Amino acid sequence: MSAATLEKSDDKTREVAQTRALIDEVLEVYPEKAGKKRAKHLNVYEEGKPDCGVKSNIKSLPGVMTIRGCAYAGSKGVVWGPIKDMVHVSHGPVGCGQYSWATRRNYYNGTTGVDAFGAMQITSDFQEKDIVFGGDKKLDKLVDEITQVFPLAKGISIQSECPIGLIGDDIEAVSKKKSKEIGLPMVPVRCEGFRGVSQSLGHHIANDAIRDWVFDKADYEQPFESTPYDVVLMADYNIGGDAWSSRILLEEMGLRVIGQGTGDATLKEIEMMPRAKLLLLHCYRSMNYIARHVEEKYGVPWFEYNLFGPTKIAESLRGIAAFFDDTIKEKAEQVIAKYTALSQAVIDKYKPRLAGKKVMLYVGGLRPRHVVGAYEDLGMEVVGTGYEFGHGDDYQRTTHYVKDGTLIYDDVSSFELEKFAEKIRPDLMASGVKEKYIFQKMGIPFRQMHSWDYSGPYHGFDGFAIFARDMDMAINSPVWGMTKAPWKK
Amino acid sequence: MSLRQIAFYGKGGIGKSTTSQNTLAALAEMGQKILIVGCDPKADSTRLILHAKAQDTVLSLAADAGSVEDLELEDVLRVGYRDIRCVESGGPEPGVGCAGRGVITAINFLEENGAYDGVDYVSYDVLGDVVCGGFAMPIRENKAQEIYIVMSGEMMAMYAANNISKGILKYANAGGVRLGGLICNERQTDKEYELADALAKKLGTSLIHFVPRDNVVQHAELRRMTVLEYDPESRQAAEYRTLAQKIHANKGNGTIPTPITMDELEDLLLEFGIMQKEDESIVGKAKAA
Repeated sequence: MSAATLEKSDDKTREVAQTRALIDEVLEVYPEKAGKKRAKHLNVYEEGKPDCGVKSNIKSLPGVMTIRGCAYAGSKGVVWGPIKDMVHVSHGPVGCGQYSWATRRNYYNGTTGVDAFGAMQITSDFQEKDIVFGGDKKLDKLVDEITQVFPLAKGISIQSECPIGLIGDDIEAVSKKKSKEIGLPMVPVRCEGFRGVSQSLGHHIANDAIRDWVFDKADYEQPFESTPYDVVLMADYNIGGDAWSSRILLEEMGLRVIGQGTGDATLKEIEMMPRAKLLLLHCYRSMNYIARHVEEKYGVPWFEYNLFGPTKIAESLRGIAAFFDDTIKEKAEQVIAKYTALSQAVIDKYKPRLAGKKVMLYVGGLRPRHVVGAYEDLGMEVVGTGYEFGHGDDYQRTTHYVKDGTLIYDDVSSFELEKFAEKIRPDLMASGVKEKYIFQKMGIPFRQMHSWDYSGPYHGFDGFAIFARDMDMAINSPVWGMTKAPWKK
Repeated sequence: MSLRQIAFYGKGGIGKSTTSQNTLAALAEMGQKILIVGCDPKADSTRLILHAKAQDTVLSLAADAGSVEDLELEDVLRVGYRDIRCVESGGPEPGVGCAGRGVITAINFLEENGAYDGVDYVSYDVLGDVVCGGFAMPIRENKAQEIYIVMSGEMMAMYAANNISKGILKYANAGGVRLGGLICNERQTDKEYELADALAKKLGTSLIHFVPRDNVVQHAELRRMTVLEYDPESRQAAEYRTLAQKIHANKGNGTIPTPITMDELEDLLLEFGIMQKEDESIVGKAKAA
């Protein structure tokens, strides 16, 4: 080893030791028992290890400010909510519906209130008597009203809030009965918020509902003109138009997208999954369950891809093409070549302004790893990352993305994240709206990585240009030079 | 005299409603003004006083009217034998909704609308098995102050009495609820009085009265009447009068119960020879053919 490399590796060792000391410092404030539990969720990634060395998908500690959501959020907000031509009923008292009103910025084409219902909020608005006597009759009536008010709705899903499970309403029986009456699919989803440790179980329950109430009730004997190039693009929620900027690439490389979901999806498109030749899975965490089911029952393979940043896009398009014949493979290369100039121009413009900047990520179940490549394309470095509701397999997959010495934090508490940021002083914090203003007040540039901060799309080559611009806008905004503590002259 | 709030708990089918209505009728005879709050979706806690099953329960009327706020007290109050005022909380059909929440709603309504004004006793008659928090409502703060557990010499009735004591203990320190005593409703099991008395001592309370079995109770029930009304001269009526007097004199004598473990309960049964000692050979064995 040369003296230079030796010195470099010494630096690395020192850095890792510092990060470990930081974790210990953060844990110190907890009571002993709590500190012991949290210690298992924090680690420094060591290259060569099969996972990130943290426990995950465990109940959050009482008393800490967790950033997680609930099962209802996972089903209504993530998986079912974006299916645009269905009416999704928030079944229970009004609060859950009120606070999940509108969308997660999952865009859709259509006329809201006429043939699309994504941004609307329909609730059964439980009152005391509905709790005491049960809400099944009310649900029955509500379904009739929906069919009158929204005659173009193609189906109804029932998103259970907590009381539904507590009082034991039989929403399945109501769904069966009403589905026959109105001649439309009805999907009861048992996503009561008290179930599970985070929104993650809500995704799973929502997936199971697709299996039991969409696939199992659909008629796949009906004739369908298929081609060898049929794919379904799934687990893309079309935040700021993400699915649209993904879909064009797939179509340009010669694939026929027979369904996308659940962002900007119709119920029919969801039904298409078993008809595809390949399922393309963007958010693995939220829809791997249904992908595995479709593979098992219908023999359709699935592939987890990543359309953040030109490196990963090229990798993914080649990975997808590998499932098809040479025509597709050639076209995939053409598509990559065609967009290389565009992405190079983006890199040339922004890399000089962003190179070497440190990023801390804290997002849901996919982006803590998926966006790493996009930052690296711009010369940036992800120094810390973690999932709100990732599982063990997510942390295994994360090892393909992060570098040795990356700080890993699972189900991080507000306190921990603030403390980490205070010491690490990243150039960019990339997380959600609940975190945004805290870090901005600390003088740390911030971008929302759930909703893209009213921007997007970030997927695909087109999305990368917007991503790069937004990160530059946050980090290099002149506003940071104007903030000074009043006591500092 | 200040308002006394009492409640009758006990295993389902043990005779809570019968015992409570007869005792309350005797208390009324003594000049006490009584309000009975039935906390059971079956709404049969006031049947012997009213000579009929109460049809207009708080919750059924509330459901018809839209919400409980739309009701007036007069809509739900019925007056029966010796001016005993009766209310039934009512609730959903078995298998739907949440009856426990119904009890909470109904009791809050009664309190807010002054149902307790001008009475000497409020008595809650609660569904046999305290299956969820709603049915524990009357033993929480500011509700029933004295709990009377109706039981018998049967193992399961004693087991239930012990469990109810656990519930009382849970709320005894936060609120002011106390165990008033056990009432043994005779089933003519072996050494019943001794066993009931021993259990009462273990629970840190007393067997306040042993009500003997008498067919006149059934005769009265068939006529939807209390014994006090059907046959006031009977010996059984005198028993209920004695029980009423004991309860009346028991004011402030309630205790914080000391529930026992399942093992201790079994030991008690062993002690009285109800259970055979350690005969492992009979456990799980069906009767030989």
